[in-house]
Amino acid sequence: MSTIEESRAPAPVPAAPPAPSRLRDLGRRLIGTRRVVVGLLLLVLLAAVAFLGPLVSPWEPGERDFSAMLEGPTTEHWAGTNRTGQDIFTQATAGLRKSLLIGLLVAVFSTGFAALVGAFAGYVGGVTDRGLMWTADLALVLPNFVILAILSTHFAGDGGWLVLVVLLAAFSWMVTSKMVRGLTISLREREYIHAARFMGVPAHTIVLRHILPNMSSLLIADATIMVSGAIIGETALSYFGLGVQSPDISLGMVIAAGSAFATTAPWVFAFPTLLLIVMVLAVNMVGDGLRDALDPQSTSRRP
Amino acid sequence: MGKFLARRMLNYVVLVFIATSFAYVLAATHLDPRAYFEQMQPPPSPEAVNDQLDSLNLNDETPIAERYATWMSGVLTGDFGRNIQGGDVASQMWMKAGVTLRLITVATLLGSAVGIAVGAYAAVRQYRGFDKAATAASFVVLSIPTVVIAIVVQVIASSVNDGLGTQLLRYSGEYSAGFDGTWWELLLNRLHHAMLPTFVLAVALFAAFARYQRNMMLDVLGADFVRTAMAKGLTRRQALFKHALRTALIPTITYFTFTFGALVAGATFTEKIYGWHGMGAWLIDSIFRHDVHVVAAVSWFMAITIMAASFLSDLLYAWLDPRVRV
Repeated sequence: MSTIEESRAPAPVPAAPPAPSRLRDLGRRLIGTRRVVVGLLLLVLLAAVAFLGPLVSPWEPGERDFSAMLEGPTTEHWAGTNRTGQDIFTQATAGLRKSLLIGLLVAVFSTGFAALVGAFAGYVGGVTDRGLMWTADLALVLPNFVILAILSTHFAGDGGWLVLVVLLAAFSWMVTSKMVRGLTISLREREYIHAARFMGVPAHTIVLRHILPNMSSLLIADATIMVSGAIIGETALSYFGLGVQSPDISLGMVIAAGSAFATTAPWVFAFPTLLLIVMVLAVNMVGDGLRDALDPQSTSRRP
Repeated sequence: MGKFLARRMLNYVVLVFIATSFAYVLAATHLDPRAYFEQMQPPPSPEAVNDQLDSLNLNDETPIAERYATWMSGVLTGDFGRNIQGGDVASQMWMKAGVTLRLITVATLLGSAVGIAVGAYAAVRQYRGFDKAATAASFVVLSIPTVVIAIVVQVIASSVNDGLGTQLLRYSGEYSAGFDGTWWELLLNRLHHAMLPTFVLAVALFAAFARYQRNMMLDVLGADFVRTAMAKGLTRRQALFKHALRTALIPTITYFTFTFGALVAGATFTEKIYGWHGMGAWLIDSIFRHDVHVVAAVSWFMAITIMAASFLSDLLYAWLDPRVRV
């Protein structure tokens, strides 16, 4: 290796066309996918609303305006108030911020964990493989909703929502890890992996440096889909008061509180719900578009 | 094939056992039945509370291993202990399980059948109007949580009723309380109440299946064996049904197992919102009541349902994919 590099170093670089960059190619394909562009734009807009909304609004998330209870949208309360006089716009945007954070963190944790478990199970094989996949099967069977509900008392207090993030992640890695395992088994027999192994590279380095980067595109697409899954899961738990606990606020809590007034005071329910649906839709659009753009087989399939 | 199924069955039994035990231990260590009794008005003496807890096998001063052993020896004989008010859990469970199973079974059959049909047809008519409409519809539905769908459908139903001035759409309870009539009037009344909750559950399942089945079908449509089937003289319809659809169903069956857990959880919200007294609603109520034995029993039921669905999908898999049978 070193001799070749030495002999080439002094020679002038020929005016060859630049090597096709994988990133640039990917970027072009993503720009070409309308869903991804629209989804990303929506997400940027929502992130702006989530982070600027509570700052722009004259009200604090928990603050009560006793002169305006269950009032429709006015110039003072842009999206109306709820029964206790809290400003819906402030509540919903602050909740949106937390829900976005929860979704992103859950996706990062669970995809990371799934990648490691799946890749090691597939690469090492044997007892390790069987043990890890059996654990995945078990985690699929465990009544995750029951477990989250029982442990919901720990979601209160400072940083309690991080416990929720860890638990949500703990119940969403299984299917991805099975997929990663399948891919790893097919990658394991490639020449460059064999070469690395015969050169004495340890297993964990092969997994981290050669196997996982090769399926990074798939993992990114999968993580995106997981963001929306986590947000939906959090909303569902919050509906029963088993998700994020007060004084923290999430979009699920605002929706749950508003659902009782869905017929009598629609703004309490409609605004946060609309934010939620648009957010999940945007995330799904990006994830779906990414999957298409990254998977060469599926580009021919969709407009 | 018998060996394959027997091995799967054994695996499932072990998994159900572990899942239920885990749920029991978690519930017994994290819920607080003592607080439930201490909150009573007038406050009972500590001795009385201890007596109550001991008689229900809920005392947190007894080691968890001992409580677990007592509880598990009961479960093995079909006794799921007593709930926090002293009632027998097992007999209540069968009543509530019936409610949930009626809801889940119909919704599953309806949702998956329509979803598979729409998905497969959309793939055959790729890029036509039907395909675009079906794809867009399932995409949007998948982006809305079941809770929100349930509430929105309820709001729409109530405004439709107000607009018409009659109870066209029922959205509360499993049947009208105190309603009396011949058996078919009772059945009609139940069906009337079941319409909306079943629709809510089925629509989410429909979206997931339509999307998945479309992709699977597209993978298969261009395959050589479909062309061969038509070349040997089958009509396009026959080739699509007997060869393409059958092959494309195999991965969908596996997918079914994964979605079923989500469906059971979705049933919880639907029951609670539509006022059905099923397992899900029972679970939520008992968590707030610190009712350990009910939580464990519902976990057992959920694990059994998911296992039954997995086993069913194994059976279908073996029937559809001849390679498993050897």
